[in-house]
Amino acid sequence: MSFLVDSVIMFTSQVLFFGFGWLFFMRQLFKDYEIRQYVVQVVFSITFAFSCTMFELIIFEILGAMSSTSRYFHWKLNLYVILLVLIFVVPFYIGYFVVSNIRLLQRQKLLFACMVWFTFMYFFWKLGDPFPILSPKHGILSIEQLISRVGVIGVTLMALLSGFGAVNCPYTYMSYFLRNVTDSDILALERRLLQTMDMIVSKKKRIAMTRRQMYQRGEDQNKQTGFWGMIKSVTSTPPGSENLSLIQQEVDALEELSRQLFLETVDLQSTKERIEYSTTFKGKYFNFLGYFFSIYCVWKIFMATINIVFDRVGKTDPVTRGIEITVNWLGIQFDVKFWSQHISFILVGIIIVTSIRGLLITLTKFFYAISSSKSSNVIVLVLAQIMGMYFVSSVLLMRMSMPLEYRSIVTEVLGELQFNFYHRWFDVIFLVSALSSILFLYLAHKQAPEKQMSL
Amino acid sequence: MASLDRVKVLVLGDSGVGKSSLVHLLCQNQVLGNPSWTVGCSVDVRVQDYKEGTPEEKTYYIELWDVGGSVGCASSIKSTRAVFYNSVNGIMLVHDLTNKKSSQNLYRWSLEALNKDSSPTGVIVSNGSDYDREQFAENPVPLLLIGTKFDQIPENKRNEVLTRTAFLSEDFNAEEINLDCTNPRYLAAGTSNAVKLSRFFDKVIEKRYFTRDPSQMTGFTDRKRFNFKSLHYD
Repeated sequence: MSFLVDSVIMFTSQVLFFGFGWLFFMRQLFKDYEIRQYVVQVVFSITFAFSCTMFELIIFEILGAMSSTSRYFHWKLNLYVILLVLIFVVPFYIGYFVVSNIRLLQRQKLLFACMVWFTFMYFFWKLGDPFPILSPKHGILSIEQLISRVGVIGVTLMALLSGFGAVNCPYTYMSYFLRNVTDSDILALERRLLQTMDMIVSKKKRIAMTRRQMYQRGEDQNKQTGFWGMIKSVTSTPPGSENLSLIQQEVDALEELSRQLFLETVDLQSTKERIEYSTTFKGKYFNFLGYFFSIYCVWKIFMATINIVFDRVGKTDPVTRGIEITVNWLGIQFDVKFWSQHISFILVGIIIVTSIRGLLITLTKFFYAISSSKSSNVIVLVLAQIMGMYFVSSVLLMRMSMPLEYRSIVTEVLGELQFNFYHRWFDVIFLVSALSSILFLYLAHKQAPEKQMSL
Repeated sequence: MASLDRVKVLVLGDSGVGKSSLVHLLCQNQVLGNPSWTVGCSVDVRVQDYKEGTPEEKTYYIELWDVGGSVGCASSIKSTRAVFYNSVNGIMLVHDLTNKKSSQNLYRWSLEALNKDSSPTGVIVSNGSDYDREQFAENPVPLLLIGTKFDQIPENKRNEVLTRTAFLSEDFNAEEINLDCTNPRYLAAGTSNAVKLSRFFDKVIEKRYFTRDPSQMTGFTDRKRFNFKSLHYD
């Protein structure tokens, strides 16, 4: 009986998540495009719904809601469905839509889509070889094989995004890094841009007029009929054509220059707007946050390095650690079990919410930046794939943040994966990503003022 | 050669509707082989015979300024785009017939180009009832509505689409042309499309050179920041 009630609860929450994913897709991602292939929207919402259900199950685990058998059942069910979606459904549709965009392969769309899917599966399988992620007891077709590979991809993504985010966040928030931009700088650049456009226009006018005159002369020349006329038209080259190719080259160079000037002007405008924003109250608040986050970022990099260098894997989670510290050092006595449950619930809840929100915002920004009306379907499906893998791996990694009694269900459901490996891998990739982001931002920051000085 | 008079026409529309292909077709009489994203603005020139076939025939340069981007982009891009909207004599609004949102965004595009003096983020218009039809009725700048990808609409949907675009052209008080930018036959000499196009260009030239009403000189209030004595467009 209780199993039925639990299932109803799960199903209702899944429908809710599905609806949320649907709305998000319609209102945010696809707000500039017309939705013609509803399949894409359905697949995206399903991926989102099942990923969120996994998080929900973790919360239920901590709170002790629902009986543990039904929890276990739903965990397994959810996991199978999400793996099915991530490994079979989404890649197949990605292949299908990519093939639809290519005009040559219109005939045998399904066949080519299947071929693409098989290629994906091959590389996906090969991915597991260099990593020590499986113990020998697992067979070839077990669920652990699939999860371990999904976990590797997802953890890499998480670490890359974390590393870049940890460095980029203070860089954008703090006004210390803002270059000084005045109105006259912008005006000077705009004037240069318009001058370049004028030069392009005058050269194009010459080209257009010369071609028109050649066309009219060509008409006259064509009137010369007969054998001799034909020979003459072959040997004589019109005098304008060499000139034309020269002018065309100049135009191409000028157009490239105008594009660069445009992008620089946009850059200066956005810097000016950020300077204006930083003087407001909100801007000052974010500036302060930026200092805070930069300290956090440095600490995280430091910890990652220590973990790798000293080959250390944390055994206890932050909640139990915190409670131990307060009990032992500060001498405050309180009901450990009770508080550890609530604190871990809050902590895990915060982690889940911020990671979902952060990922959705990043995906939206990414989508706006690179999509066009042709590729929007493919890009959304790729984003759905990334989102699914990201959420699965965050469940994997979250195991570390939970006290021992709650970890057991995750360990049981996901099978005997080498969890330590994933944490080490996360640390390595995080470090690499953070350091390269620092390098990249440093170079970009240095290059810009030099450009300004040359104006 | 360069001493011919010129007029400036903006080509506006969402990203990916086919503005670059259209401009290439109009100016080079050829189909654009490899369209790619327009960064910033790309200009091309068409040599147009005003009042062709009559004794008052005169040749003009028509500059087609194809401004790239989308309506919903960052305000820094919008303020930079605004430098191209100076002293415009005509606007071609391009939308994709297979994508309804691109035609809805045309209201915002036209307001962005015509209301340069409002706030940098422009006047946001979410649906037709928020904007003023009278504004467009007495608008001094001639508009032309162009729908692209006509060949991609299935036969049974054509009427529906054409009714919709008829409403649009009424709203803008503009003529409309529906074509496929990869097929020159839509603009072949003698078709109604070609006639509408040359009528539009003639109207633009007339407004610029033959109705010397000082209050309607350029159709816009000049940007106060600019003092372009050296780059005067007259």
